[in-house]
Amino acid sequence: MLGFLKRPVVVKADINLNVVVLTAVALLSRLWQLAYPRAVVFDEVYYGQYISFYMKRIFFLDGSGPPFGHMLLALGGYLGGFDGNFLWNRIGAEYSSNVPVWSLRLLPALTGALLVPMAYQILLELGFSHCAATGAALLMLIENALITQSRLMLLESVLIFFNLLAVLSYLKFSNSQKQRPFSLSWWFWLTLTGVACSCAVGVKYVGVCTYLLVLTVAGVHAWHLIGDRTLSHVRVLCHLLARAAALLVVPALMYLLFFYVHLILVYRSGPHDQIMSSAFQASLEGGLARITQGQPLEVAFGSQVTLKNVFGKPVPCWLHSHQSTYPMIYENGRGSSHQQQVTCYPFKDVNNWWIVKDPGRHQLVVSNPPRPVRHGDVVQLVHGMTTRFLNTHDVAAPLSPHSQEVSCYVDYNISMPSQNLWRLDIVNRESDTEVWKTILSEVRLVHVNTSAVLKLSGAHLPDWGFRQLEVVGEKLSRGYHESMVWNVEEHRYGKSQEQKERELELHSPAQMDVSRNLSFMARFLELQWRMLTVRSDDSEHKYSSSPLDWITLDTSIAYWLHPRTSAQIHLLGNAVIWASAGLATLVYALLFLWYLLRRRRGIRDLPEDSWLRWVLAGALCAGGWAVNYVPFFMMEKTLFLYHYLPALAFQILLLPAVLQHVGDRLCRSPLLRSLFSGLVVAWYSCACHVFNTLRPLTYGDRSLSPSELKALRWKDSWDILIRKY
Amino acid sequence: MLCATSRLLAARTATALPAQPRGRGPGARCRRRELHFPGHPELPLGDFLAGRLARSSVSAGRRAILRRGRMPPAVRRGPAGSELRPRRGRCGPQVTRAVGPDVAAEPTARSPKRPARGSRRFEAAGRWTLLALVTLLAFATRFHRLDEPPHICWDETHFGKMGSYYINRTFFFDVHPPLGKMLIGLAGYLSGYDGTFLFQKPGDKYEHHNYMGMRGFCAFLGSLLVPFAYLTVLELSKSLPAALLTAALLTFDTGCLTLSQYILLDPILMFFIMAAMLSMVKYNSCADRPFSAPWWFWLSLTGINLAGALGVKFVGLFIILQVGWNTISDLWHLFGDLSLSVVTVGKHLTARILCLIVLPLTLYTATYAVHFMVLNKSGPGDGFFSSAFQARLSGNNLHNASIPEHLAYGSVITVKNVRMAMGYLHSHRHLYPEGIGARQQQVTTYLHKDYNNLWIIKKHNTNADPLDPSFPVEFVRHGDIIRLEHKETSRNLHSHYHEAPLTRKHYQVTGYGINGTGDSNDFWRIEVVNRKFGNRIKVLRSRIRLIHLVTGCVLGSSGKVLPKWGWEQLEVTCTPYLKETLNSIWNVEDHINPKLPNISLDVLQPTFPEILLESHMVMIRGNNGLKPKDNEFTSKPWHWPINYQGLRFSGINDTDFRVYLLGNPVVWWLNLLSIALYLLLGSIIAVAMQRGACLPAEVEGLSQVLLQGGGQLLLGWMLHYFPFFLMGRILYFHHYFPAMLFSSMLTGILWDTLLRLCAWSLASSSLARGIYAVGLLSLLLGTAYSFYLFHPLAYGMVGPLAQDPRSPMAGLRWLESWDF
Repeated sequence: MLGFLKRPVVVKADINLNVVVLTAVALLSRLWQLAYPRAVVFDEVYYGQYISFYMKRIFFLDGSGPPFGHMLLALGGYLGGFDGNFLWNRIGAEYSSNVPVWSLRLLPALTGALLVPMAYQILLELGFSHCAATGAALLMLIENALITQSRLMLLESVLIFFNLLAVLSYLKFSNSQKQRPFSLSWWFWLTLTGVACSCAVGVKYVGVCTYLLVLTVAGVHAWHLIGDRTLSHVRVLCHLLARAAALLVVPALMYLLFFYVHLILVYRSGPHDQIMSSAFQASLEGGLARITQGQPLEVAFGSQVTLKNVFGKPVPCWLHSHQSTYPMIYENGRGSSHQQQVTCYPFKDVNNWWIVKDPGRHQLVVSNPPRPVRHGDVVQLVHGMTTRFLNTHDVAAPLSPHSQEVSCYVDYNISMPSQNLWRLDIVNRESDTEVWKTILSEVRLVHVNTSAVLKLSGAHLPDWGFRQLEVVGEKLSRGYHESMVWNVEEHRYGKSQEQKERELELHSPAQMDVSRNLSFMARFLELQWRMLTVRSDDSEHKYSSSPLDWITLDTSIAYWLHPRTSAQIHLLGNAVIWASAGLATLVYALLFLWYLLRRRRGIRDLPEDSWLRWVLAGALCAGGWAVNYVPFFMMEKTLFLYHYLPALAFQILLLPAVLQHVGDRLCRSPLLRSLFSGLVVAWYSCACHVFNTLRPLTYGDRSLSPSELKALRWKDSWDILIRKY
Repeated sequence: MLCATSRLLAARTATALPAQPRGRGPGARCRRRELHFPGHPELPLGDFLAGRLARSSVSAGRRAILRRGRMPPAVRRGPAGSELRPRRGRCGPQVTRAVGPDVAAEPTARSPKRPARGSRRFEAAGRWTLLALVTLLAFATRFHRLDEPPHICWDETHFGKMGSYYINRTFFFDVHPPLGKMLIGLAGYLSGYDGTFLFQKPGDKYEHHNYMGMRGFCAFLGSLLVPFAYLTVLELSKSLPAALLTAALLTFDTGCLTLSQYILLDPILMFFIMAAMLSMVKYNSCADRPFSAPWWFWLSLTGINLAGALGVKFVGLFIILQVGWNTISDLWHLFGDLSLSVVTVGKHLTARILCLIVLPLTLYTATYAVHFMVLNKSGPGDGFFSSAFQARLSGNNLHNASIPEHLAYGSVITVKNVRMAMGYLHSHRHLYPEGIGARQQQVTTYLHKDYNNLWIIKKHNTNADPLDPSFPVEFVRHGDIIRLEHKETSRNLHSHYHEAPLTRKHYQVTGYGINGTGDSNDFWRIEVVNRKFGNRIKVLRSRIRLIHLVTGCVLGSSGKVLPKWGWEQLEVTCTPYLKETLNSIWNVEDHINPKLPNISLDVLQPTFPEILLESHMVMIRGNNGLKPKDNEFTSKPWHWPINYQGLRFSGINDTDFRVYLLGNPVVWWLNLLSIALYLLLGSIIAVAMQRGACLPAEVEGLSQVLLQGGGQLLLGWMLHYFPFFLMGRILYFHHYFPAMLFSSMLTGILWDTLLRLCAWSLASSSLARGIYAVGLLSLLLGTAYSFYLFHPLAYGMVGPLAQDPRSPMAGLRWLESWDF
């Protein structure tokens, strides 16, 4: 028990000075003059907006990635005391004094700096020499593109950090698997793998690629484990369960956690409200919640409601009618019913109010007690301001001739029989007797006579329809579509018997009091779905590039230009490193294929353990490059050079591995070997020289003369900005 | 012997074959994969063992079986087999393979208790009969009421029309490769159809036109799917009941039936896919005697069918992937076999390159050669192709044409975008609607030839008519500032700082000015790509860019389709991004200038490889262009396996003759269940084997079939299904049918294996037999009965819709989304 009394407490620390020095230099390179330039640089203009939203707790929707990355950036703002008051509208705008630039940029810079020691550790864990590991770290250190990207409020360096962390911790885990499974460090690294993977996914969706890679490698290892007959069945099961828990369950929970925190942080209504459903909007403070606060929950016969289309494309809108009728004859010669128009209108208006009427009674008020409308009930919908009945019939709709026209039935037209009965179909019901609820219920209105469904066609009516959106009756059999689904947004129990009174009532705002909340899962699912489906304009960009340009570094991005001098920041890679990393991948692939074919013929060039190491290094590094690069060929969004950086980081790891392999295996004689080392040193100094040459464009600290800039333009496709005086 | 019994049972169930004496010999199923009917009381061991061990390449798994002394089956080829094969010949290839081994196995597999030779022969005859019956039933179902409805159904309007184009030799454009339509055209031609029917829209009556030849051809190929599937499954599982079940599933599937009865590409495509699969499986089973005649035959047949599949639709690529994967793993095994020399492996590789790459490519190219040779008249597809290509087509205005070579001021020209299938620069007397840029005249690109495509080149600073004979001819040169005046409306090509209608970051391009008088926003600098300043500009050959003088932007077409107000023509913009893309490069096509001498265009004729490349580019663009619009109901890939929604082939109302493409729900849901069961069973077996569990011999044999044969089919299903999730183009239900064929075959193998496993786990042999028989029978009868219920979907129905109790389909609308 009291062992420490008998023997002194001894702390033995191995400090790898290599790592310490490398980390220090990396920190220096990333943190030096971090607050310069004190202006919005390139994509900071986007991320900055989101940071401001977090600071002001305003809800927003960003389709480009999950919220974890944005939250990390916002954390920097929070620690720096940022109040969110800055208008992020233009690249190059000077930051006002309330923006803590340094602390906002600190986190990406730190993660960027940590890439250097992590590269070192990964190579060590892969079983390569200290020399190769140091090489990897040194290459990370002098890669201009990585430096540029990590010195700004951007997320790539954070993403790369989590990618490499996932790989590193998996390697640590699988190395401790051989010695002490189920030990503390084994659990730690296993869990950390899962956590890092989910963080990578949480920063950007591209992180999924690395996650899948790690999962695949883990899967293959687990498959070998299953085949290991020295282990008992129970033990194998324990191993598998532990992996499943750490690599599948933990990431899923973490991912949910990100959204949970996100939704807690942004609880106020904001500019992106309109994209979300009414129920979601009602859960935000301000916005719709203010309007709908206090509405009765259950829609009853006699209720006054506004009906919002759930699909909401091209714009969110409400079922609407007004005094005008459909034109007798359309432009193309087809005829209409000449009845009152029914449209979908994207603005709040008194003409959006409808009264739910029981077909069996004449009353337009809610009885006492209210009789709620249930799933399957047949109702009539009466337009509040004109007291006409919603109607559809076998007349071609104005713009969608295959569908039925929807109109408000006007009494004096005898030629058309009234067909104004609608059956209520609650889509998201839990039981068949469910009550129609405000906001929460998503309903379809099925026309009783023709079984057509009320649908937003999405087309804009011409001038006679005031450019509002067309509403049609579509045959149910055409299948389910969200544009057929409506929900009640504003709701109140009607009290007035007389039309005049009712008009007054409709004009006055709704008020009553019930509060309702969406569960977290419902909000998460909706938010996630919208994020994945929100379509950004396929905007062309001056600096966009195609994936093929990336390998050869045929493109650059001008990030920032000093307002007066020609000091500028450019995203430009270290050309020597890019070229040699590409070459290394090729060499690796060729050597791998060669060894593989020879092994198949029974010739073993490499001893078994070094072959396994070689394969694992390839699977993680070359594989990591491939999975982070190839998917971009299939993406339709606008792509930029910085999308390549995660792939590049993996490629850089492969480079020293290949060099060491070539040096150890292929250079047989000592002379060759020393020659090879000499070459490597020369090559590295060359890379350093390139780094140094491009440094002014990386840090943007020095104004170069036009001739110097021209000299730096090694490729015609590099858009280096040259000021004309 | 029980395996024979089971075969018999199956035979009786399906076809009521005349009772045969119980055979005792090992049947086809027992031959190679160690498949036994469970609970077999007597195992004739010794005579098989010898033959089994004689095989050099017995896999580790099989060796284990041998060690445990389980009954190895008859070897597929003993010495007697090689004697017999030449005798049987290769007259009916599939049949030979299916039947031959059985006969071959016979002498070696003789045991003391073996019945007489006569009964074996009887059995072989039974097999033949079974195959014949299966084929006959398939043909009978497919050809029954083939002539109804006597009007155009669904896509017949396209493919029938294209068949007619071949007969009339007019050039057209389609997003699919030409082979399928050529075959349709050929079938029509041979059956006496003269190509005069217009195929305007679905529902048009054929009247006196002979359409049965084309439908009959498609139905013929569609019927062959059933025997193909039967033989494939037989080869993979060596189990007649499995093959029979597969055949029943496909014969009785209303979807396959419907799709086979009309003039469509799908039966042709599926025919080639299945034929390729069958020949691949056959050639796999010849693997033990490489370079023999059947081996070559099946290998090259695979190649031919691959070419066919790809030649009909690009979906054929998936079966190519499957064959490719099979070939690579095959070669990998050969390469790892140290008893083979590298030279032998090299020979194997060469053989496969020849038969699976060179041969298909040659054939594929040949179909295009025929296509271009046959279609030599100008037709509706001209505008999709480049100017040089059009010069080949007789009737086109560029054919044998002679036009002035260099552009001069006053020339009347048409300007075509160099990017394929983008069209001509076009304008018309319609304005951009309010709210979309300035309310000036629209400028678009348009794929068809039209008077509104004509523009006049004028000098930017004078309005004098350059065609006045008193003026000297002045050529347009690279770098000149010009004005383009629209000939019909006399408005100038104009751009300004308003955003373009669809591509918001570009500038709007309009027609502006009155009678050629506009403002400085009408001035464009004409540049030739990669030329020096001062050069003249050549018709057709110069690739030019038009740069707007004031804003510095480049004239281009974004390729996006304008809404109705723009007549669904393509948007033209002026792009401020000076990136060099094909969208902003144009060439001059027509050129009229009476003051200049004409030259002949024949020098421009493109070579065959150029045409081939170009037509592929156009097809790919066309395919990518088939994008669904917002708010439109589109079929989603996840709808398909669950048979969520069908496709209406003909008729809507109660009085119409209605045909509805919908899978037989019993078959489809059984398939779906089978895939899930297969994955479950497969992973259990795989894990058990990896853990080194000692499986009983029977289970071991069954799991081999399940993992290998079933694995190939599962791969086929996945390859023909999952890529659709990635496709952006508009999708239809019928895209699933190739995958459905694979999943039906998988169902056949799975249920056969599953029932055997069930029966095996019950030790009592009579009960086991009973369970097996009852299970199979109920599956077969259930499918047949469901077909009886749903057959009006395929053969057509008249009368009230399904909601009505008087309808023939009353009560059968199991899903609300079905629409019949």
